[in-house]
Amino acid sequence: MTMACKRATELMSLRIDRALTTMETASLRMHLLICPPCRRCADQLQMLHRIAVRRRHGEEDGDEAGGKEQRPTE
Amino acid sequence: MEQDKPDSTSDHTRASLERRLGQLRPRLLAFARLQLADAGQVEDMVQETLVSALESLEGFKGQAKFETWVFGILRHKLVDTIRRRGRDVVAEYDANELADIDDMFNPRAHWAVGAQPDVWRQPESSCERDHFWEAFDLCVFHLPRSSAQVFTMRELMGLETREICDSLAISEQNCWVILHRTRLKLRACLEAGWFSKAEVS
Repeated sequence: MTMACKRATELMSLRIDRALTTMETASLRMHLLICPPCRRCADQLQMLHRIAVRRRHGEEDGDEAGGKEQRPTE
Repeated sequence: MEQDKPDSTSDHTRASLERRLGQLRPRLLAFARLQLADAGQVEDMVQETLVSALESLEGFKGQAKFETWVFGILRHKLVDTIRRRGRDVVAEYDANELADIDDMFNPRAHWAVGAQPDVWRQPESSCERDHFWEAFDLCVFHLPRSSAQVFTMRELMGLETREICDSLAISEQNCWVILHRTRLKLRACLEAGWFSKAEVS
């Protein structure tokens, strides 16, 4: 019996914010092997995180000439 | 404006960008209001953002999405302010405004019927479409306010959880709990509002 789905989703979210311990990584991986909905959830959460990161980087790309405008103004 | 050369700043382009800037104002205000306690400071910061954008319209070469570019200016101002003044300026965190995910799981903590993540029909590239971030914002602003605040600090402003808990005076553990619940809520909302749709505009 592996962990329940709710705990698995906690670890999926946590790994976006900090490195998981070896035990956490192993138990999440075990759960994902047997749980298709959690596999989908894990992929989707990673994707939403990627999209947000890409958006932030996209802002930087379009920013060369206007860059000085983005310094703090007192 | 798409037909203009990327580096053109003809009057037509400029007028059109200025108009779009005005249309963005309510969304910029909503975003800043999520973060800052003081309404006057919100107004000032959005005003400064619009002025900065106007002044550097010539520098906007069209390689980034206009809207994303303008949001980037506001984001930098917010991040700077929060890093410098943290607790003095951020909107107060309210533990009663935590997203509720109880209905997503059954008593055995497995997915409840109807709450299981579905296969997404829209690919990741669909997020490049203009309307994606509107759908995204709609989901974010449906969240309880404090949840939306923590989530946007983390994912849209790119702050680390350590910085977030410092400025909101909450524990890092608490921050992770908030982010977990919020991400699940947002996932479900975007699934319904975007990713499971056959066609997106």
